[in-house]
Amino acid sequence: MAEKEIDSRFSKFGTVSFTGLTRVNDFIDYLQQGKVMGTRCKTCGMRFFPPRADCCKSLDSNMEWFEVEGAGTLQTYTTLSYAPTGFGQDLPYAIAVVDFGSVRVFGRLHRSIPAKDIMIGMPLKLAVRKLPDGNMTYEFLGAS
Amino acid sequence: MGKVGIIGVGQSKFVRAFNGSIRELAFEAFREAMKDAEMTTNDIDATIVCSAPEYDKQRSPSGILAEYFGLNPQPTFYVESLCSSSTTGVRLAYSLVKSGLHDVVMVAGFQKMSEITSAESQERMGRGADIQWEAPFGTMMPAYYAMYAQGHMAKYGTTSEDLALIRLKSSIYGAQNEKAMIRKPLSPEVFEDSANQLNNPISSPLRTRDCCANADGASCIIVTSEERAKTFSRKPVWILGLGSATASVNMAGRDTFSGLAAAVEAGKKAYRMAGVGPQDIDVAEVHDCFTIAELMAYENLGFAKPGEGVELIRAKETYKEGKIPVNVDGGLLSKGHPIGATGGSQVRTVVLQLRGEAGPMQVKDASIGLVHNIGGVGIYANVMILGRE
Repeated sequence: MAEKEIDSRFSKFGTVSFTGLTRVNDFIDYLQQGKVMGTRCKTCGMRFFPPRADCCKSLDSNMEWFEVEGAGTLQTYTTLSYAPTGFGQDLPYAIAVVDFGSVRVFGRLHRSIPAKDIMIGMPLKLAVRKLPDGNMTYEFLGAS
Repeated sequence: MGKVGIIGVGQSKFVRAFNGSIRELAFEAFREAMKDAEMTTNDIDATIVCSAPEYDKQRSPSGILAEYFGLNPQPTFYVESLCSSSTTGVRLAYSLVKSGLHDVVMVAGFQKMSEITSAESQERMGRGADIQWEAPFGTMMPAYYAMYAQGHMAKYGTTSEDLALIRLKSSIYGAQNEKAMIRKPLSPEVFEDSANQLNNPISSPLRTRDCCANADGASCIIVTSEERAKTFSRKPVWILGLGSATASVNMAGRDTFSGLAAAVEAGKKAYRMAGVGPQDIDVAEVHDCFTIAELMAYENLGFAKPGEGVELIRAKETYKEGKIPVNVDGGLLSKGHPIGATGGSQVRTVVLQLRGEAGPMQVKDASIGLVHNIGGVGIYANVMILGRE
């Protein structure tokens, strides 16, 4: 994407986005293509999720994108009965951390997974979802 | 280089909604600490003010407090590390005194959480962690600790009933602490009554009973050098060890969900500096913002091996008469949790214990005490070891 006056693509991330400006705005374009992407430092090879523009190891800002693919394992989760302003309509919903090997990902569990079936260690995969207001997000789906 | 100690402690009552301004709230703790230290304002060389700014309407409150305390023209500045702000303040006070830059430094922690409306609070709640990558999913503080509770339960078989035992203990000591907000002792039957709102689910597996409550409150700690202390009549309690550590904000940066890595690291540093181990601690104040947080603290500080913390609470070993008394002032769960004041309140409790001035909560012959104060979900961790000698 060419440099514009204000590139606020990131304001389309999640149910409520709290920030619009970031140098990893392409993350949103990849979501629109159905991909959840992290960044990898071209200098030292370090992988990051969430993606970042700058590498704290090499100190370079020379990143390439990679897709977080395949099945991960559920590390932990919780189902919320209360929510902050702007999220009440989604209740109850579950947030989770999933380990994909080279990176871990924080996000929501897809509501198609029945509460009684959620088990730490279960295999999960990433799925991109477009929200009714046009915002983009990702969720964890059962992978078995 | 001489020792550094705490010569004065003060705390306001912790209440749901303080009927006054932040300067008046902070003054309550300030007055108590000044009287405790038997000092006048001329004795204070600098003030460190601590709060979590998302609850403050006043920008840069340190200037306001220094003026109200009558502490101009001495320097004052502000420090923040979420819920561990005031122990971060004590760490800085230690370094200022140890360096010789100042002889007497005051740490004033406060939070008037009722300063903002509950709607504003509800809105800010979602911004407690990484606003770029986590908050858009709808996060809040209980949910983060709930993920640790879930992880601890899956790994070690800990149950919700085990966590309730921690709340039970807290309620017993909260009833004895005249500064605590929640003073009603609970009975174990309360936790079996599904109609009782204490058992309402908040974020699985945590229930209302597992969570501390917002509060308004202030604390004040006065730090001085061994040399300067000779000029005052009060005998200090010495700061023997200080450990401080951090961990990633984003949960994706964490590799375990059964303990707080920053707390383990801070604990090790504090023990090493003090030259003592967990077995030497006579009384501890740990950051029980949630019941699971106290349980993890038992393990992270070495009072129990990982996974065996539940044995301590089941056997009442963390009660006043037990092997390692923990939070015998009611902890955050009963005192309430006014963010910027909490760490100072913990320090005050341990100082009173080591002086033998803890009243009905007094642990017999306590000579070495520990404070564990956590900011966020283990983003910041401060551990402090205090001693009589």
